[in-house]
Amino acid sequence: MGKKLAVTGNQAVAEAMRQINPDVCAAYPITPSTEVMQRFASFVADGKVDTELVTVESEHSAMSACIGAAAAGGRVMTATSSQGLALMWEMLHIASGMRFPIVMPLVNRALSAPINIHGDHSDGMGSRDCGWIQLFSENGQEAYDNLIQAIRIAEHDDVRLPAMVCMDGFIISHSIESMEYLPDDVVRNFIGEFRPKNPLLDIENPVTYGPLVLPDFFMEFKRQQHEAMLNVKDVVLDVAREFEKISGRGYGLFEAYRLDDAELALVILNSAAGTAKDVIDEYREKGIKVGLLKPRLFRPFPYKEVAEALSSARVIGVLDRADSLGGFGPMYMEISSAMTTNGAKPLMINKIYGLGGRDFMPEHVVQVIDELKEIAETGNIRLQKDFLGVRE
Amino acid sequence: MKGWKDLEIGAITKAGSADEYNTGSWRAFRPQWIEENCIQCLFCWIYCPDSAVTVKDGKRGEFDYLHCKGCGICARECPGKKGKKAIVMVEEGK
Amino acid sequence: MSTTPLRLKELSKKDELLTGGHRLCAGCGAPIAVRQVLLAAEMPVIASNATGCLEVSTTIYPYSAWKIPWIHTAFENAAATISGVEAMYRSLKKQGKIKERIKFIAFGGDGGTYDIGFQSLSGAMERGHDIVYICYDNGAYMNTGIQRSSATPLGANTTTSPAGSVIPGKVQPRKNLTKIMAAHGIPYVAQTTPAHWRDLMTKVRKALDVDGPAFINVLASCNRGWRTPTDTTIADTKMAVETCFWPLYEYENGRLTINYKPKEKKPVTEFLKTQGRFKHLFSPENEGILERAQELVDREWEALLREESLYKSEEEKA
Ligand SMILES: Cc1ncc(C[n+]2csc(CCOP(=O)(O)OP(=O)(O)O)c2C)c(N)n1
Ligand code: SF4
Ligand code: SF4
Ligand code: SF4
Ligand SMILES: [Mg+2]
Repeated sequence: MGKKLAVTGNQAVAEAMRQINPDVCAAYPITPSTEVMQRFASFVADGKVDTELVTVESEHSAMSACIGAAAAGGRVMTATSSQGLALMWEMLHIASGMRFPIVMPLVNRALSAPINIHGDHSDGMGSRDCGWIQLFSENGQEAYDNLIQAIRIAEHDDVRLPAMVCMDGFIISHSIESMEYLPDDVVRNFIGEFRPKNPLLDIENPVTYGPLVLPDFFMEFKRQQHEAMLNVKDVVLDVAREFEKISGRGYGLFEAYRLDDAELALVILNSAAGTAKDVIDEYREKGIKVGLLKPRLFRPFPYKEVAEALSSARVIGVLDRADSLGGFGPMYMEISSAMTTNGAKPLMINKIYGLGGRDFMPEHVVQVIDELKEIAETGNIRLQKDFLGVRE
Repeated sequence: MKGWKDLEIGAITKAGSADEYNTGSWRAFRPQWIEENCIQCLFCWIYCPDSAVTVKDGKRGEFDYLHCKGCGICARECPGKKGKKAIVMVEEGK
Repeated sequence: MSTTPLRLKELSKKDELLTGGHRLCAGCGAPIAVRQVLLAAEMPVIASNATGCLEVSTTIYPYSAWKIPWIHTAFENAAATISGVEAMYRSLKKQGKIKERIKFIAFGGDGGTYDIGFQSLSGAMERGHDIVYICYDNGAYMNTGIQRSSATPLGANTTTSPAGSVIPGKVQPRKNLTKIMAAHGIPYVAQTTPAHWRDLMTKVRKALDVDGPAFINVLASCNRGWRTPTDTTIADTKMAVETCFWPLYEYENGRLTINYKPKEKKPVTEFLKTQGRFKHLFSPENEGILERAQELVDREWEALLREESLYKSEEEKA
């Protein structure tokens, strides 16, 4: 098996990229993802990868160059955060609409204003409708594992869509944890050779990419993208099964933590889920049936499976590290869709937490579980949507 | 028209397929080639926006009326022979 | 490999790489320029294209007028997109997965080049990609209905710089993008027009031959925006050169050559007067604008002559 090391999330992601050895990378620096590309630039400078690194003048150009490179016919990666992703937004849709399997680590960070460099999920959630596959990662190990799997998922013939792998800025990107890297050849065999489709560089068979599509054909292409998204779930599970064989680490569409018989359930993404697990253990010891659902695949969202996993819950607390101002948090909307589609009618509350890197502490988890308990007992919800850890 | 299951993903288009598209119907005036006045300078060919002047073995052929939009550039730029144009524009349908 | 001589008879034997059946207006200057660019190339080329008239009208699904591999992604990024294509080419070549020599061209309108795509263009040139960027400058955002751009000439009546009763058309002069590109210190920069087909094709060949980035600015008339008849495209363009509104020149490794000096420089009004977009300038109250337009042309032309003579005298000394 692989070797155990103590590394930061960014280091782990850069290492995965070295092992993936993409043909082209185009990138632009932004905290907290900068280090990924710095490390990768050293791999390029030291000849450890075959990659052509394009040090573009903006993230808009980064994604544009990635799209051009992907169209040319090869494996393409980049990394970004926050404002960088926001600047890419136009091109995110174009990458997915043109069906290029570009893979991008997204080190989650708050969006301005006010400007803030710390972790929250506003960037990732803001791009959930861009047609990208989105995988979320609790820690550096998951980010590393997800990135390697994302290559296989994105490039699968039934999918051919770009994928972003999210991890929390600073909390994960900059903290050292113990994890395991796979050997290079194992990763290389796992991802396999890139198989280009209609590459621009095939001058014998010229193609036109990016025509003007009028109302007579537009919806057919969107319907195709939807179909590709529908195919993602099975591919994610197949790839996870194969990945378990090489790594011993199992993955699903989400992680269900002590959820089987849970009457009270929390839904939390990424690193905060780790914090919640310890508190859940304490409550379980006291005999309180509480569990956690930690989504991994956010786009496409596995509504049916999530609803089934939460089927025993009478009260659900959905925590969002991003807000849709004037609406519920993005995760809440998904969970609530999942539950109603399934015909279940749990009581649900939404807590916005951790914006701009605000600490998320065990006492916040305690606060939410106690509130869920109270709702279960009284049937009363005081505030459907509220904030955690905000001063009055 | 093809449905979503049959279309190539990503809206890829076949190179050069516009060749099949008729823009000749746009014409209000049609260029007419008067061969005896032609000096084979090929200005009409190099200045045509619509690749609608056919040339074979370096010699002018007929206009490609499937594509010619009747802009009149060829006629205007045609030097002709001894002041006599080798291309004239005539109203369509006349 | 022998190169096709730049004679129309020989060139006409080459494959036509932009087909008819595109939906650009009758008499549009852009496709004339593109045809000449593609005819000039003596090796396989792959192109990217910024959003705009040329892109939209040549690729209305399921049709495409391009016989070369071609990609459009967005408006402001033809240079970044082609950078990516070229980077992939270099990567695969380095890995031995591709053998052919291929060159890369980006096409953009003036809006996509002077304005919204300026940053992406500047970045790509600075990075030194082996690409040729070709701007077809028709002096406004034509595809969205003739809005002013920074390439729109002084005084022009556009839909966002209308000739009103208080403001007589565009108040600012054009930005001199060709000079700005020359200031990037890239191996090749030139300005030309499709009315001067041999000049254009010579420049395209030079641009394709250099190892590194090149930029060519091509004046491409638009009869809708210029408000000219459909058949005067070439004549109007020639007049732009005869008046020195659009001088033909090039920078080879930083050295300027003026490729054409009119025997008798015509007044700029000769270029302006045939175009509806400048019609209002010919009423008495706008006389000052015409004078200023002439001054701008004179200043640029004289600066070019001075700069060229500087190189010449240096060479004589050497
Ligand atoms: C980001 C963005 N902003 C605006 C537009 C709208 N738009 C499309 S083409 C165009 C004008 C193109 O002008 P130019 O580059 O000069 O090309 P032309 O149409 O004149 O040939 C504009 C404003 C767009 N497609 N994308
Ligand atoms: S009229 Fe215009 S489109 Fe027709 S052949 Fe002449 S130049 Fe070409
Ligand atoms: S421009 Fe006139 S003279 Fe010249 S080849 Fe065409 S038709 Fe003949
Ligand atoms: S509007 Fe102008 S630039 Fe656009 S297609 Fe028509 S003539 Fe050409
Ligand atoms: Mg324009």
